[in-house]
Amino acid sequence: MKRLLTLAASAIALTAAPASAQDFVIANATLALGDGSEPIEDGVVIVEDGRVSYAGAIVEGMAFETDQVFDAGDAWVTPGLFATVTTLGLWDVGAVSQSNDQRAGRSPFSAALNAAPIVNPNSQHILVHRAAGITRAATTTMPSGSIFAGQGAMIDLDGDANPIMRERAFQMVSLDERGARLSGGSRAAAHVLFRAALREAQALVGASGTPQTTEIVIDDEVMLGRFDAEALIPVVTGAQPLYVAVERASDIRAVLALKEDFPRLDMVLVGAGEGWLVADDIAAAGVPVIADALDDLPESFEVLAATQSNIGRMMRAGVTVAISANSGTNPRNMPQAAGNLVALGKIPGAAGLSWGQAFAAISSVPAAISGYEGEAGVLAAGAVGDVVMWDGDPLEVGSVPTRVFIGGVEQSLDSHQSRLRERYRDLDESELPKAYDW
Amino acid sequence: MAKTWRIEFKHKLHNMRRGAGFAALASTLALAACATTGTASASSDGSDDDAPRFAAMTPEDGPFASTYARYPGRPTALVGATIFDGAGGMIESGTVLFRDGEVVAVGGSDLSTEGYDVIDATGKFVTPGIIDIHSHLGDYPTPSVDAHNDGNEATSPTTPEVWAEHSVWPQDPGFSRAMANGGITSLQILPGSANLMGGRTVTLKNVPSRTVQGMKFPGAPYGFKMACGENPKRVYGGRGRAPSTRMGNFAYNRQTWLDAIDYANNENADRDLAKETLVGVLEGDILVHNHCYRADEMALVMDMAKEMGYRVTAFHHAVEAYKIGDLLRENEVCSAIWADWYGFKMEAYDGILENAALLQQAGACVVIHSDSEADIQRLNQEAAKAQAAGQRMGIELSDADVIGWITLNAAKAMGIDEMTGSLEPGKMADVVLWNGDPLSVYSRPERVWIDGALMYNAMDRSRRPVSDFELGQPGEGDVK
Repeated sequence: MKRLLTLAASAIALTAAPASAQDFVIANATLALGDGSEPIEDGVVIVEDGRVSYAGAIVEGMAFETDQVFDAGDAWVTPGLFATVTTLGLWDVGAVSQSNDQRAGRSPFSAALNAAPIVNPNSQHILVHRAAGITRAATTTMPSGSIFAGQGAMIDLDGDANPIMRERAFQMVSLDERGARLSGGSRAAAHVLFRAALREAQALVGASGTPQTTEIVIDDEVMLGRFDAEALIPVVTGAQPLYVAVERASDIRAVLALKEDFPRLDMVLVGAGEGWLVADDIAAAGVPVIADALDDLPESFEVLAATQSNIGRMMRAGVTVAISANSGTNPRNMPQAAGNLVALGKIPGAAGLSWGQAFAAISSVPAAISGYEGEAGVLAAGAVGDVVMWDGDPLEVGSVPTRVFIGGVEQSLDSHQSRLRERYRDLDESELPKAYDW
Repeated sequence: MAKTWRIEFKHKLHNMRRGAGFAALASTLALAACATTGTASASSDGSDDDAPRFAAMTPEDGPFASTYARYPGRPTALVGATIFDGAGGMIESGTVLFRDGEVVAVGGSDLSTEGYDVIDATGKFVTPGIIDIHSHLGDYPTPSVDAHNDGNEATSPTTPEVWAEHSVWPQDPGFSRAMANGGITSLQILPGSANLMGGRTVTLKNVPSRTVQGMKFPGAPYGFKMACGENPKRVYGGRGRAPSTRMGNFAYNRQTWLDAIDYANNENADRDLAKETLVGVLEGDILVHNHCYRADEMALVMDMAKEMGYRVTAFHHAVEAYKIGDLLRENEVCSAIWADWYGFKMEAYDGILENAALLQQAGACVVIHSDSEADIQRLNQEAAKAQAAGQRMGIELSDADVIGWITLNAAKAMGIDEMTGSLEPGKMADVVLWNGDPLSVYSRPERVWIDGALMYNAMDRSRRPVSDFELGQPGEGDVK
């Protein structure tokens, strides 16, 4: 049942209405919109029919009908985080191959692989990451048999029967050291394979029936099959974004130059560890970047110039940059990565981010790169009702969500991990073994 | 010859057990080694037919000795900072004085700073140098190319004969990042976990050096790396040989210990590098650092240690330690753990953020470790994560205690707590000045002193170490 609420700019005392409502208001929030702006005191978020209808500073005399009101009590409120690029929902235990669908190295397929049908919304990683404030993500298989990873999906983490927001949302290709290795041992081979694959796809544009393509094979490994070529048609026509994993400055230039041969490519750079060295070129090409935030070691010869200032320097050059979900040991550490980039601001010579920039780099920017500009990762009228209330500054390492809404629906924050925590809160087995404590 | 040597070995180990510092003893005995060599030379003249013509240094002579000597420093007073002393103490608006490589005094604003260079640290924080008990820097250096895979002698399930220091590449750029971003002043480098017994560890001062000897922490005891569970059985079982199961792991370990005991009891045995390390463990001079994830398996290892007569100093990775905090407390075994790693392998499936807090609640020893060239740059943040998780479930954890997880507790488990790990008069002046609360993501080391020498200053490019590898390469000397 809706009730009329009138907000006053003074401190608002609110009582919670009965649960199970869809429409809600959060008031008295320290509100981060996710759009790059700095946090707002006394913020209000209104969600109706699963979407945000208002988010911003309180306006004297605002009135509306709602089901439920949450008094944030000055707590932080933000949009849900958007994680890219991930493998969420594609594995349970990394080293348990039976449970792990991230790589299909022995499959004859590569570009044709499609993550959408295999995303498991009940995966513990989805539950754990939802409880960390991530509400939506890009997820994909990884390059393994060939340079092409397959077609990634955009997912939500609400745990209902359908996690897929958009299938075949992007293709990914490895044109870094890994791509060189996968294509036979040289970057030269990777480039030929890539161009050959796109020419095959070009030839199939407009064709119907089973695609007629000559397989490209190394030993018994299929580098490109007919179904892979077919899957690359939307890439070559620009209908499907192409995420290019690339690190070295010179490799980035070579990737940007691909547009000369394939002008309709809609590219996103993934990695770009030496991006700051060619930031002006990336900016001029208008290609966005998903970059690891904290890499600062020459892990390989393609990232000799790695620095935590990479993202800040690219942003200063005008590049659109999202903080990669791979910046930490797992995607739930994205806020930590963002916070570290804010900390850089105090170090002379480093390129730190403002709080607003850093938070946007894990919310609205990755959402926009994923095709959800103004729709996800941001609190603005019309955006999805993904709202997270936190117990502290969301970029602080100790902070976690206290409530998570996805599409206006409040989510459980429980998981295998929270159950273990409760079971082992004490070690008392004087009455019965721990197995009975559940 | 062998007989003579054995008697000497046992005798010296006995002395060591009575409390003489390992390296201090080793340096004293280096003189004895010279004398012995002189005797051997004499024998070649034919004056003593029983004496050997050739003689290696003995283990007690301390081969590969540390050549580290502290760099020059200024008498320094840090004034006005919030001080976490590493031993559970906190002082607001405090003063830390150090000179000649040592901490002189830690106290309030009333401490006289006469004779010291005064640094106004108002609004900043001071901690002891951060210590990582679990690192592979140098053994798995960057760039992470195949030619640099020097951390696992994965050719036999037990390789107690290898020493991690013989793989350390001092030019690993990771050492400098650990100092600049993580405030790391001491760290233990371990062999990997492919083997049940991976070899000796080495404790280093995080000072740039041309040689590993120039980094070795003077007086630090050796550690011994062991590994439970999935890794050894996967590596060797995958080759169709033992061990291929957890029970195989235990059988292999137990037989190896029994053989070591026989060796220790045999005064006529020839020198055996592997057995010397194992005997060092039995004697209590070499500390066992046991990679082990699962609670049930840790309980078995503690019983194996009792069976064979050695002690486990710390379980590393220990993601399920929270399930047996009581056992770990009773057995006085530390748990060196990550804050939040989980799920990457079956034995890490039950990892939870509250592990450290639950252990602390149970009265067991907690150390936060990295096992990572990335996370070693942020042990302070990892500790803060674990603290917050505990506080959310109602466990009280003071900031000062949490700093102890990455300083004094680590030092204790590495056997260097008499020398470093806390800010106390007479201890090494291993000190970090943070530009904010070290338990906040927004803070970084501003300056790092090792033995009172300023080795890093965020505000001064000339105090930023650059390894040989990075010279003339893109990004040389960058802020990183």
